[in-house]
Amino acid sequence: MSDSTRPPAEPAGAVAAPADHPDAPRGQDAGSERWSQAMRDIVGGSAAISVLAVFLALVVGAILIALTDEPVQKASGYLFARPGDMFAAVWDSVSGAYSALFQGSIYNFRRPGFAAGIRPLTETLTFATPLIAAGLGVGLAFRVGMFNIGGRGQMLIAAASAGWVAFAVDLPAGIHLIVAVLAGLVGGALWGGIVGLLKARTGAHEVIVTIMLNFVALYLVSYLLRTPGLLQEPGSSNPQTPPMKPTAVFPDLLGPTYNLHAGFLTVVAATVFVWWLLSRSNLGFQFRAVGENPNAARVAGINVQSVYVSAMLISGGLVGLAGINQVLGTVTTGFGAGIDANIGFDAITVALLGRSRPWGIFFAGVLFGAFKAGGFSMQAAEGVPIDIVLVVQSLIVLFIAAPPLVRAIFRLPTPGTKPRSRPTVVKKEVTAG
Amino acid sequence: MKLELRGITKTFGALVANDHIDLTVEAGEIHALLGENGAGKSTLMNVLYGLYQADAGEIVLDGVVQKFAGPGDAMNAGIGMVHQHFMLIPVFTVAENVMLGHEETNVLGRLNLGAARKKVKEISDRFGFHIDPDALIEDLPVGVQQRVEIIKALSREARVLVFDEPTAVLTPQETDELMAIMRQLKEAGTSIVFITHKLREVREVADRITVIRRGKVVGEASPTATNTELASLMVGRAVELTVHKDEPKLGHEALVVRDLCVIDARHQLVVNHVSFEVQAGEVLVIAGVQGNGQTELIEALMGLQPRVTGTIELNGTSLRGLSVRKILDAGVGFVPEDRTEDGLVAAFTVAENLMLDRSTGAPFVKAGTLQRGFLADFAREKVTEFDIRTQGIDSLAGQLSGGNQQKVVLARELSRELHLLVATQPTRGLDVGSIEFVHKRIIATRDAGIPVIVVSTELDEVVGLADRIAVMYRGGIVGIVPGTTPRSVLGLMMTGEPAPGTEAVA
Repeated sequence: MSDSTRPPAEPAGAVAAPADHPDAPRGQDAGSERWSQAMRDIVGGSAAISVLAVFLALVVGAILIALTDEPVQKASGYLFARPGDMFAAVWDSVSGAYSALFQGSIYNFRRPGFAAGIRPLTETLTFATPLIAAGLGVGLAFRVGMFNIGGRGQMLIAAASAGWVAFAVDLPAGIHLIVAVLAGLVGGALWGGIVGLLKARTGAHEVIVTIMLNFVALYLVSYLLRTPGLLQEPGSSNPQTPPMKPTAVFPDLLGPTYNLHAGFLTVVAATVFVWWLLSRSNLGFQFRAVGENPNAARVAGINVQSVYVSAMLISGGLVGLAGINQVLGTVTTGFGAGIDANIGFDAITVALLGRSRPWGIFFAGVLFGAFKAGGFSMQAAEGVPIDIVLVVQSLIVLFIAAPPLVRAIFRLPTPGTKPRSRPTVVKKEVTAG
Repeated sequence: MKLELRGITKTFGALVANDHIDLTVEAGEIHALLGENGAGKSTLMNVLYGLYQADAGEIVLDGVVQKFAGPGDAMNAGIGMVHQHFMLIPVFTVAENVMLGHEETNVLGRLNLGAARKKVKEISDRFGFHIDPDALIEDLPVGVQQRVEIIKALSREARVLVFDEPTAVLTPQETDELMAIMRQLKEAGTSIVFITHKLREVREVADRITVIRRGKVVGEASPTATNTELASLMVGRAVELTVHKDEPKLGHEALVVRDLCVIDARHQLVVNHVSFEVQAGEVLVIAGVQGNGQTELIEALMGLQPRVTGTIELNGTSLRGLSVRKILDAGVGFVPEDRTEDGLVAAFTVAENLMLDRSTGAPFVKAGTLQRGFLADFAREKVTEFDIRTQGIDSLAGQLSGGNQQKVVLARELSRELHLLVATQPTRGLDVGSIEFVHKRIIATRDAGIPVIVVSTELDEVVGLADRIAVMYRGGIVGIVPGTTPRSVLGLMMTGEPAPGTEAVA
């Protein structure tokens, strides 16, 4: 715009850089500047923080393992006499625990042959399946700026719907499974959709509503489980359903020796779907716009209210998929009110660790599946309390919630450092993790 | 008190915000610090006020080198700051605000409000401020609130006062009064640093002018320099300060607004029976001091206000009560007042922002799927056409400078088929170069036969763009006058006085 009006005598000191970039760094080679920018993006980016958070949590976990280990405690008694003993004991306890964790979750070298050795990995994926599904649901809500803590309720309703179809209805194999899955999805979606509707219509805060609906769902399902003719197994007095009919159960993916079932495929499909939804569809575009800046979205003609409703419908459906996988894949012998297995809450951690990105959630879910699978063998083989795994999981959340802490520990530059004195727009806590 | 800044350098990462800045302010001098947004004025003042620590250089007061660890030290050394956004608590009284942070208490810890009241009274009498120490801040007009800020600084024995863009929120009359106060303070021996980018004010009140560009002092000027000289020093190239436009080629009456009322969330009538019309090919500027109903009026036009009565018709179709989506689809382009809050999604890329209000259908969406290839081509074309300075179409909008952000908004709105353009505060916070660009675009839109409404609180902009001017005061239109109306008349109208020779519409 300036070329035609460029003055004959330009004031001294004028630089060739564009006039509209008062903030642009100067006096530097453009190439090296781009390099350091890219470096900042990678290091300061969210993925790096997630990886470092896991690493830090494992380090702290190692310290705790060493502290609670009996040989270490004994050796510490004569630390100054023979310090070598102490370090050997620490090494034994920590390496033993983490190698047990690895062998329990990925590959067991002590078993003969690949088919037996790889079994832990399939266990990991089995545990990961519902975590990924629920994590996707929670993560999707995060991207729309909503905190869905209602995973438990949505899972229970979905499990009850899918489970009822699976044990009470007679349909041909295949169709039966599809109908049961659809029933579960609808159940979860409706339970989530109520939240979206209440938020859109009345402004009710989704955190309160989802927590309350967890209780409603829990006691509703408990009632159904205790009432003969509804969910309770006929002839039993336990609050438990009859087993699922084989026609409605997810088939084994790798044969009967492994627990991994076809539900894993539904989760992979769900991950692809959420990826497509968020980054390729116009609905996802509106979701993200509302999540990042609802004011601008409203001014741009996006119906924020209906976005809330549709986002919670989809979020609830995804969390519901976790409940479906529990009853049609993992526990097919009938379920009780504890079928959610706290996955609805673990999913929040998974979504945070995965930075609310579909593939990030997928891998975070696999990691948490590995913790679950490996935690048991760690306890069995090394006597390390399984609570250590819980502590490590919790520490991951803590480190992710405090990126400045992680950056300070690793002396990383703050991303997007802006030298303006004007306050930059503060990102929402939930979307930023 | 004589203030000297010697070789102040402040860097943020690779960016040098202040590069060896030297500045001397003599006792009893009004020293204007002139520069575009982002030139480093605010950084420099934050260093002076102890909010930032300089990487190099020193602050010298009356020959003594100072070390400020925080604003408290700066205040104790006699430096006061009147911030652009007032640091006052609305539900406290004037006296309570003045003593905030320096509360005097008796033995039992009871606040000594009497002393604060006396201090306010004393300073207010000395400068003729007429301020009641017991008035609540929220009940006071903006201009008076600013005086409370001044009293606050003076009550802490400030002998160097920094005014950070003080006139942004004032009416022309209030601005004149502030100038008078600044002269008075100067008489009393206070040194004043006056930060601004408004050239006229600088020339009116400053004794000396220092111009900063890109973190460096690029020159000193005397108040006798012309606007053009100052502007080119500020921007680094010649700029056109006046908007060039031809006579409007008027068309039919496109937008007709009759008897429009808006009731806000607090049940206040914020727009009061407003009627006007805009013809194709003209710019109607809605002028007035911030907060007199302009925002709500525009929100009503855009379908963003829930409780609206009256009629809004664009080319014969009623727009009232329609959703924002339908109003945008009716061909209304909208440049919102607060572009970072309402105009852009900072975490979206430039390309995504360019389709922000077109996410429902062709050409950007087909069968529910984003047409990414089309969007990329479109974005590249618009980035070139509107000269948006960005690393690429995938850069985040939040990383652009204000001027480039506004260009993104303009590019988005002007690339649709428009029947009306509504631009609110289109150049707020922009540098001179970007202002020039935005104004040219608005005039080009008008010359294409599209009716344009501009809302502005800047008199220069009002006079420069307008074919007709509607002045708003307390929710009503005081009068609609030709674009050639003198500034003094407009200034009076902004205080609610109808223009001579016209009758009040409201």
